[in-house]
Amino acid sequence: MEMPLPDPEILARKARIVARLREVLPRDAVIDDPAETRAYECDALTAYRCPPMVAVLPATTTEVSDVLRICQEIGVPVVPRGSGTSLAGGALPTADCVILGVARMNAVLETDYDNRFVRVQTGRTNLSVTGAVESDGFFYAPDPSSQLACAIAGNIAMNSGGAHCLKYGVTTNNLMGVTMVQMDGTVVEIGGAHLDSGGLDLLGVICGSEGQLGVVTEATLRILHKPEGARPVLMGFDSAEIAGACVADIIKAGVLPVAIEFMDRMLIEVCEDFAKADYPMCEALLIVEVEGSDAEIDAQLALITDIAKRHNPVALRESAGADESARIWAGRKAAFSAIGRVSDYMCLDGTIPVSELPYVLRRIGEMSKQYGLAVGNVFHAGDGNMHPLICYDANKPGDLEICEEFGAEVLKLCVEVGGCLTGEHGVGIEKRDLMSHQYAPADLETQMAVKDVFDPAWLLNPAKVFPLAVSQPRRDAPMAAE
Amino acid sequence: MDHVISEEGIAEAVRSAEGPLVVKGGGTRMVGRLVSGDPLDVSGLSGVTLYEPGALTIVAAAGTPVAEIEATLARENQRLAFEPYDLTGLLGTSGASTIGGVLATNASGPRRIQAGAARDFALGVRFVDGAGQVVKNGGRVMKNVTGYDLVKLMCGSWGTLGVLTEVSLKVLPAVEAEVTLVIEGVSAAQAVAAMSRALGSPYEVSGAAWINGAVWLRLEGFEASIAYRAGKLEGLLASFGEITRSDVAWSNVRDAKPLWGCDAVWRISVKPSDGPAVITALPEGCQSLMDWGGGLVWAGTSGGDIAATHGAVQAQVAGLGGHATLIKGPEAVRAAVPVFQPESPGVASLSRALRSRFDPRGILNQGLMAA
Repeated sequence: MEMPLPDPEILARKARIVARLREVLPRDAVIDDPAETRAYECDALTAYRCPPMVAVLPATTTEVSDVLRICQEIGVPVVPRGSGTSLAGGALPTADCVILGVARMNAVLETDYDNRFVRVQTGRTNLSVTGAVESDGFFYAPDPSSQLACAIAGNIAMNSGGAHCLKYGVTTNNLMGVTMVQMDGTVVEIGGAHLDSGGLDLLGVICGSEGQLGVVTEATLRILHKPEGARPVLMGFDSAEIAGACVADIIKAGVLPVAIEFMDRMLIEVCEDFAKADYPMCEALLIVEVEGSDAEIDAQLALITDIAKRHNPVALRESAGADESARIWAGRKAAFSAIGRVSDYMCLDGTIPVSELPYVLRRIGEMSKQYGLAVGNVFHAGDGNMHPLICYDANKPGDLEICEEFGAEVLKLCVEVGGCLTGEHGVGIEKRDLMSHQYAPADLETQMAVKDVFDPAWLLNPAKVFPLAVSQPRRDAPMAAE
Repeated sequence: MDHVISEEGIAEAVRSAEGPLVVKGGGTRMVGRLVSGDPLDVSGLSGVTLYEPGALTIVAAAGTPVAEIEATLARENQRLAFEPYDLTGLLGTSGASTIGGVLATNASGPRRIQAGAARDFALGVRFVDGAGQVVKNGGRVMKNVTGYDLVKLMCGSWGTLGVLTEVSLKVLPAVEAEVTLVIEGVSAAQAVAAMSRALGSPYEVSGAAWINGAVWLRLEGFEASIAYRAGKLEGLLASFGEITRSDVAWSNVRDAKPLWGCDAVWRISVKPSDGPAVITALPEGCQSLMDWGGGLVWAGTSGGDIAATHGAVQAQVAGLGGHATLIKGPEAVRAAVPVFQPESPGVASLSRALRSRFDPRGILNQGLMAA
């Protein structure tokens, strides 16, 4: 994956740049020792690494504003970073950039149960947002698999989803307001504790803009009361086609489960090994979860299992209790780490219309043979968000390149059948050069025009999202120099 | 301008426009500052192009009447969950509200508090920008973070960034049954207290309104589940007064029916607990109702100094955080005041810059949202 070459002129100014940053930040918040900047060399797309020139860890919105204003003045690119869990390389540095980490900003600023929101600093992790309100019965709904580690800042940048978004939506549906710092240091408040925008929906375009429009330092998030209970049911089928037909029938019947997750045999095996959830061994496993009181759960599951029975399941088992439910979900959420124990892998994230699932899975199987690389499939079946995991050997020369080529073919297939390149992980560097398969030049030009408005000098996370050749004229335009 | 029936026709009309255009769908929501220019009628661009009930998605040309989409969905026992409001009664307009108009104005009804707004159900758009260029964004799948989310930006842009030509939407199953719990004779403040308690419970309230002095709390779903949740809520809210289970018409709240006779009507979004303060501050003679648990105030009046009231409402809302829009008002007032809530300098500057990038000649509904 190509990245722009570092600007030697910026590298030559490193000492002065560090000195400027130290004028506005405490000494320990500016990291320039190469031994320490290496900690920021990659995110969860570990195949690509590059230590930044400097890393800064501001503790307040004012400090973020100072850092960005200075970097804009002296023409230095800034790559914002949440917890570094991006699977798409969203936080991958360049050698001439300042990494701006939000980890020191993790306070809960306001909790309001009457109006059902919390306001937090965005370095706070996803799970600890729920942690701050759960003793009062509330939770924050979006639940990416990395929720223990991932920061709200990154969730907003990537518009993160999760297993339960079939019912609760993704980040953008649960984000009410932000405090955001623009590249020139301007602080804007957008949205708040009220619903929807009275003017243009800037919040809607900021969410999912991959840290290219501004650095979000505070967020107002919708919280909900926890359901009285939840219970998953496991359904095993002989083929992905049958599982797919069962999902469509469940949805058409008018029950909307909170989650419908799919795993194929390979994933069932590695996850079982990892989590001991007693998954049935079969070709296609569905985890279907419903919520409510015990009686409501019983009624919904009766309907769902009736539908499942019409599709000749090879296994059908309701969770017997909280402990088993926890293990069922632990297995699913650990899918990536479980497969990581047996192989290097690349995780794809394309979304397809659910009606195309059987065809796409068959084609992936054929490509797996063609490229000679094994693939496991785990995905959110209710919304068509697939996560094919392609296994490769990082120590075998050329294997990563074959894997990437294979992955690109799968994503093109997703677009071909009416879907998209990424459902919840973001474009980052990983899918950047495939954007032209989904969008025409005018479509990309219009998106880039939005960045022109927020960051005219193209200094914020500049080498992401758009194909490098497409964004080059903007990135190379002469900037306000020191 | 003639009735255009193709996307290319719209693009050509925009490209060849020599002056400002007024984008028109069904013509049901004559809202905002008065805009002058040649009408650009999108209602000829009509029809459902794809509907997959098993995938909960529908794609339609922007001029498709909402009624046609709702009828199509009803045949598969599905619906638009965000419950778009219909302004024909309030504004005295005729015509058929179009799906493009609904999204362009982010028109969401009572279920917004539970299910989300129109913008939350919009999966993809095609539009013609101010240069006459066709642009697409999003798609027809439920999860999509590929590039910037211009779908949200287009929702609620009132035709000032582009002319919608096609939209794709997420839909949801219709419900087996609904019931409304009604508590009569409650003050605005007590109403918000009751609604907050209900909305902060696990019982999935899908509508929470205060109308004609009564609190309405809607429950939807399977019969047995509704009965269970209604019982739980009755226990939880017993201290607020006698609770009856009723079958009310939520369109009264959705379309602000009690205010249909008013000369001026505001739609005000604030934090729910600020709703009563907004109502208290209204001049004597104003009528009001609250939706969204108190977070949406509809206020109306027929007398007094409408421009002064408008200024006072927007000033108060600016202090509280939120926005107030003059949905209905005499032409002279709408021409003289900021119909939409004035934005902070930072937000206004970004919005202005976005408009000038999407519509460099400033010809699309120019000035409708902001001068």
